[in-house]
Amino acid sequence: MVVASLPGMTALSQAPDRGGPAQPLLEVTGLVKHFPIHGGLLGRQVATVRAVDGVDLTILKGETLGIVGESGCGKSTTARLLMRLLDPDAGRMVFDGETVGGSDQAGGIALRDYRRQVQMVFQDSYASLNPRLTIEETIAFAPKVHGVPAQEARERAHDLLAAVGLAPGQFARRYPHELSGGQRQRINIARALALQPRLVILDEPVSALDKSVEAQVLNLLVDLKEKFGLTYAFISHDLNVVQYISDRVLVMYLGKVAEHGPVGEIYEHPAHPYTRALLASRPSMDPGQRRTEPPLTGDPPNPVNPPSGCRFRTRCTMAEAVCAEREPAPATLMNGHEAACHAAMAGSGHSAAPRIAA
Amino acid sequence: MSAALKPEAPAPLVRARDLTVRFVSRDSTVHAVNGVDLDLAQGEVLCLLGESGSGKSVTLRALMKLLPKRAQVGGTIEVAGRDVQAMSERQLADFRGGDVAMIFQEPMTALDPVFTIGRQIAEAVQRHEGASRAAADARALELLELVHIPSAKRRLAAYPHELSGGLRQRAMIAVALACKPKVLLADEPTTALDATVQIQVLLLLRELQEKLGMGVIFVTHDLGVAGEIADRVAVMYAGRVVEEGPVGPFMAGPLHPYPQGLLGATVHAGMRGKRLTTIPGAPPSLERLPEGCAFAPRCNLAEPACTAAMPEARHAGPGRMARCIKVPGM
Repeated sequence: MVVASLPGMTALSQAPDRGGPAQPLLEVTGLVKHFPIHGGLLGRQVATVRAVDGVDLTILKGETLGIVGESGCGKSTTARLLMRLLDPDAGRMVFDGETVGGSDQAGGIALRDYRRQVQMVFQDSYASLNPRLTIEETIAFAPKVHGVPAQEARERAHDLLAAVGLAPGQFARRYPHELSGGQRQRINIARALALQPRLVILDEPVSALDKSVEAQVLNLLVDLKEKFGLTYAFISHDLNVVQYISDRVLVMYLGKVAEHGPVGEIYEHPAHPYTRALLASRPSMDPGQRRTEPPLTGDPPNPVNPPSGCRFRTRCTMAEAVCAEREPAPATLMNGHEAACHAAMAGSGHSAAPRIAA
Repeated sequence: MSAALKPEAPAPLVRARDLTVRFVSRDSTVHAVNGVDLDLAQGEVLCLLGESGSGKSVTLRALMKLLPKRAQVGGTIEVAGRDVQAMSERQLADFRGGDVAMIFQEPMTALDPVFTIGRQIAEAVQRHEGASRAAADARALELLELVHIPSAKRRLAAYPHELSGGLRQRAMIAVALACKPKVLLADEPTTALDATVQIQVLLLLRELQEKLGMGVIFVTHDLGVAGEIADRVAVMYAGRVVEEGPVGPFMAGPLHPYPQGLLGATVHAGMRGKRLTTIPGAPPSLERLPEGCAFAPRCNLAEPACTAAMPEARHAGPGRMARCIKVPGM
């Protein structure tokens, strides 16, 4: 793995690879986050939003994992959990072989060190920048906190500005409100790279941008990944963008993983009915191929009271009795492609399930 | 419901000529719309396509005279045979909702949070058609069924916050259609929706447009949405229409370099591993528009003639227009 470093950087460089190429960079099992809803006169807890409800995921070194889903599916909560901006209610996170948030006795990686190696870019480019800091100060802020001398941090900020395609002489002293949305998102990306992270979590980084600017930022992300030896978790609702940028894709529905696998498998042979519907919902650019029937009816249900059994069954055309009774376990199809659907699981009791080989 | 609405009138439903909109303040003048000509025929869906700041939403609002007082609107606007610019406030109140209705991106801000869905629809019917309360309530139910809201009777008594995003959008469409407008203006009505809900609302709008024979002007930044709903497309850049034409030939091959770039920059299936073509730079400031073609500074085909004067509209092929000196005129 190439450990890239900017010229003149000594105090802070990308942390070395510890576990070797086969060790996933981040392995998450059983991630759970519930939000209580308080109400009534006494402010008692009246309900629970099951935002993330048992998510397993693996991010391999050097890959881009795309996470897709509709609003309320828990993809942004997952991003914040991965960044540890939220504390999970349950679940285990292993970063390059070390348990995240471990103590001295148990071993593992402290949160402070974890956060230096994992950085995040948010959707709202303006809200995520401090309006009172110049661009240069914003980018140099985190390295200074981590002990880089001020002069060196500023030089690093200039190098990063150049790396994201903004002339340092022109932009370093400007404030966020003086920039366009695309330029601000470049600043956010530069800031995320200032600590030389290994994993960058991108939460809808291009969703608020115009199409011509979106393409510029996507190209930039591809270049930076190569240049700095990065691994991406790319969260988006845009299936086309996810297909373009990801190596593997994870489809979420109501706080659960519906299906995950290599990008080609997911887009060519989707196994979960939700993935199929999501793919079929993309507007076609060809007016000759307009659809007449929507693939799904209704909205995604509220994550406060998710349906029993399979959470997709209320909108699924293939739903049978078994779907309401039991929650589907992930069925392994091939090449690391898994779908949590009774119809894909041999012996599940669903009429469309494959036969168990005798 | 539909038959009475389809007169065989050859006159266009919407006709705007040399429409200009300026926002003048003490220290600057923003030239939001700079000479737009638009025609919309009966039963036609026209998509106004453009990026943020291209003037598409301002154009749409000008058609209904919804812009703030400080906006200076020039040119002529005729909608359903009436001169919009000359209308008084009282006439506008009849005109809006009666002849023309608008739907917005964010139903939560367009609907009134303190009235039920049923009341908001019935209010429009009572105001415009002078119907009795009972008759208006009956129409409200009919309209909710028309926009395919499940268990419509129960939903009449629901407040906007009690509905999901998709249902709210349907309810807003029902309010807009309450008085059978001849023209529906839609300002990015599906942008905030999830993928599986967006396609439902697009198909609903298309179905309603065909059923009621309305003319629709649909503002969007999404080429895919235009491909799904438009009959004709008009692409805006820096307050001007740079290309216009039927959706099929347009999607197959735009004439103007800007939509060409836009189409190339839009990520779609089968582009994995390829480098995306981008349009360099950013749109010009609307306070200081360049002489000549506003796209020239970003265009890789630009030559001195482009910046000398605004390119004339050139007509190429049936119904196709582009403002570019590189397009062979006819």
